[in-house]
Amino acid sequence: MMTRKITALLLITLMIFFVAWDLAASEPVNPFQAPPLLALGSGLAANGAHCAALPFR
Amino acid sequence: MTQEVDTAPARSAHVAQRAALIGAALVLSLAVATFVGARYGLLLLIGLGFGIVLEGLRFGFAGPWRAMIVRREPGGVFAHLLAIGLVAVVAIPLIAFHGTELVGARAPVGFAMVGGAFVFGACMQIVMGCGSGTLVNAGSGNPVSLLALPFFAIGSFAGAFHLLWWTDLGILPVIAFEGMQGTVVTLLALAAVAGLLYFMGKPGSRSMPRRYVVAAVLLAALALANLVVAGQPWGVVYGLGLWGAKGAAAIGMDLSSSGFWSTTGNIERVQSSLLTDVTSLTNLGIIAGAFGVAVWRGGLSTTLPQLPARAWVATVIAGFLLGYSSRLAFGCNVGAFFSGISTGSLHGWAWFAAAFTGAYYGIRLRPVLGLEARR
Repeated sequence: MMTRKITALLLITLMIFFVAWDLAASEPVNPFQAPPLLALGSGLAANGAHCAALPFR
Repeated sequence: MTQEVDTAPARSAHVAQRAALIGAALVLSLAVATFVGARYGLLLLIGLGFGIVLEGLRFGFAGPWRAMIVRREPGGVFAHLLAIGLVAVVAIPLIAFHGTELVGARAPVGFAMVGGAFVFGACMQIVMGCGSGTLVNAGSGNPVSLLALPFFAIGSFAGAFHLLWWTDLGILPVIAFEGMQGTVVTLLALAAVAGLLYFMGKPGSRSMPRRYVVAAVLLAALALANLVVAGQPWGVVYGLGLWGAKGAAAIGMDLSSSGFWSTTGNIERVQSSLLTDVTSLTNLGIIAGAFGVAVWRGGLSTTLPQLPARAWVATVIAGFLLGYSSRLAFGCNVGAFFSGISTGSLHGWAWFAAAFTGAYYGIRLRPVLGLEARR
C-alpha cells in the first residue's frame, strides 16, 4: 500500500532541487546587501511583491 | 518487562527524530539568515510557524467554510474572523503611522476581481485546499494537493501574465479603511458577519473549539510578525506565480510581452533568488512546517486514496484555476481575505462574499467530479 510518506518525500525532494536549481540559475545572493532585519523602523520603503499589488503602467 | 525493552529504543528513535526536525528547521533558517540575509532567515522561520500552526492544529480555510455551508457550524469561520480582527487592531493603525515602511494588502474591486474570487472559492472546495491549504496539505503528503500545487503555480503565473487585460474590464479606485476610524469600521463589520453567521448557525453547534482559538491567536501573531519584518502582509499567490515565471523564463518564454512580468520589479525578482522573495520564503516555510508536523506525529503512514481518473483531471484543472483566479482576485484566502480585510482593504470584503458564494457551488461539484462519494 502506498502511503503519504512517498508523496511527502517526493515534494520535499522536488522543493530541494527547485531551490538548488534556482540558486544556481539566479543572480548570486549577497547577505551584505540584504535589507535590515525589520522593515518597521528601517526608514526604507516596502519593496516586496504582494498578490494584492497592481503594477503601475 | 519485555514491553519496556521493546518500546525504549522506539521512544529514543522518536525523540531523536523530533530533535532532528527541530534542528533542521533552525539550521535551515540560520543558513538562510547567514548566506542570504537576516530578514530572509526570519521570514523562513515565520513561514515554518504558519505551517506548524496550520497543520499542527488542523486549521485551515476550506474546511471551516464547508462546515458552515454543509452543517451550519460557524466555529471555524469565527476563528478566521477572530484572527483577522486581532491583526486589524494592530495592523491598520501601524500602517497609518508607518505608511512608507509598511504597506497593506490593498487592491481595487473590479469585475474580474469578483469573478476570480468566485472561481477561487469553488475550486478551493473542489481540491479542499485554498492558497495556504494547498501548501500545507501537499507538505503533509496529500496527493490531491501535491498534484494541484504545480498547476496552481502555473495558473498564478498565467493569471498575472494576463492581469492587466482583466483589470481593463473595469476596476474601482483602491478603497481602504484607514487609521483608527478604519480599524473601528473593520471590527464592526467583522462583528456583524460573526453575528450573521451565529444567527444562521445550527443551535448547539455555534461554539468555537479551543484549538481554533489557539490557532487564530497564533496566526494573528505570525501575520503581524510577517508585516513588521517584511513590510507587507502575509501572502501566498505572488510567490507561486514567481515560481511559474522562473520556470517559464528557463524554457525560453518571453516575459516582456506581459505588462505584469515586464515591470522592473518583477524582472528583478525573476532574476533574483527566490530566497530573497518574501512570499516564496513563507511558502517554503509553510510546506516544510507542515511536513515537519506530519513526520512529528506519524501522519505519513496514511494510505493514499484510490480516486477515479476524472478526479485527477479535475484536480489539475482546479489547481490551475486556483492560481489563475487568485491573481485576478488580487489574492487568495490569505492575501485577499485574511490580509486584505485585516489591513483595511474593501477588496477583501468583496473577495469574501464572492468566494463564499463560489464555495457553495464547489462543494456540490466534488461528488460529481469523483472527489468524494455521492450523498
